[in-house]
Amino acid sequence: MDILNISGTEDTPSVTLDKSKGVFEISGRSLPEDAAGFFKPVLSWIEAYKDQSNPATNLQVKLEYFNTASSKLILDILTKFEKIQGAKIIWYHFSDDEDMKEAGQEFSELVEIPFEFKSM
Amino acid sequence: MNYIYNIHKTMVEENIILVYEGEFTQEITKAVLSMAEKKLDSKGEESNIKRKVFNVMVECLQNICKHSEALSVPNERKAIFMIGSEEDCYIITSGNMIANKDIQGLSEKLEKINSLDKDGLKNFYKELIQNNEMSDKGGAGLGFVDIARKSGQKLEYNFEKVDSEYSFFSFKSKIARISE
Repeated sequence: MDILNISGTEDTPSVTLDKSKGVFEISGRSLPEDAAGFFKPVLSWIEAYKDQSNPATNLQVKLEYFNTASSKLILDILTKFEKIQGAKIIWYHFSDDEDMKEAGQEFSELVEIPFEFKSM
Repeated sequence: MNYIYNIHKTMVEENIILVYEGEFTQEITKAVLSMAEKKLDSKGEESNIKRKVFNVMVECLQNICKHSEALSVPNERKAIFMIGSEEDCYIITSGNMIANKDIQGLSEKLEKINSLDKDGLKNFYKELIQNNEMSDKGGAGLGFVDIARKSGQKLEYNFEKVDSEYSFFSFKSKIARISE
């Protein structure tokens, strides 16, 4: 399956989704005005991956910041991972960023998927 | 020529860090954010306070962007955005035109947000993110709730009638400079 690689900009995150290397990562800042447009290819990729997923999938979320439009799309992404066997979310936050940790905890309450919290 | 000195004097007296007046786009949002970040860095502000200010700024600026796209006449799209600092808080203020017919819905939403405590806001956020469809303007109706949560303060706002069709919507939020 194709690798999805999006380089980050000042208002969009970097995304790497690579089945063969087992790398699934979103990092950086996410504040696009059109969050739905930005995350569309990401959602399509996960949809295609669902039917041919690896035995384990660890999605590394290393966001420094995201706007509310992105938060809706992040929930959509997490919801898609719910249907993938062996999927887990590794939610990173800066050690002094309680808001980001809390945001991760709230997402974990909204989806049926294991979460692990790590500080960076 | 005196007006420029007066504006300058007011800015210094009111501790205004940054003002932008004009049309709002995502490009301008990014530029304003980066300027504000530099100013906060130069003040040596703590990173968690900086992040909260940044957060509230993004939601305010993108609210104006999305809202102004919907206004037909370019002159009505002009808005103002301001950050000021006081000893114990940052003050983020914005002002933009709003159609009179939209006032009731907006003020009901802001009143509801102001009536909720910390847990109430958290539950309201979760309810909205799960049930709200994305609007065609790309928002999920979460911006003001997020501002209230990040600032931990009541939202202040005012509508000033301009004519039969429009009013000027002023909005203010405060971020405490002393971390909890």
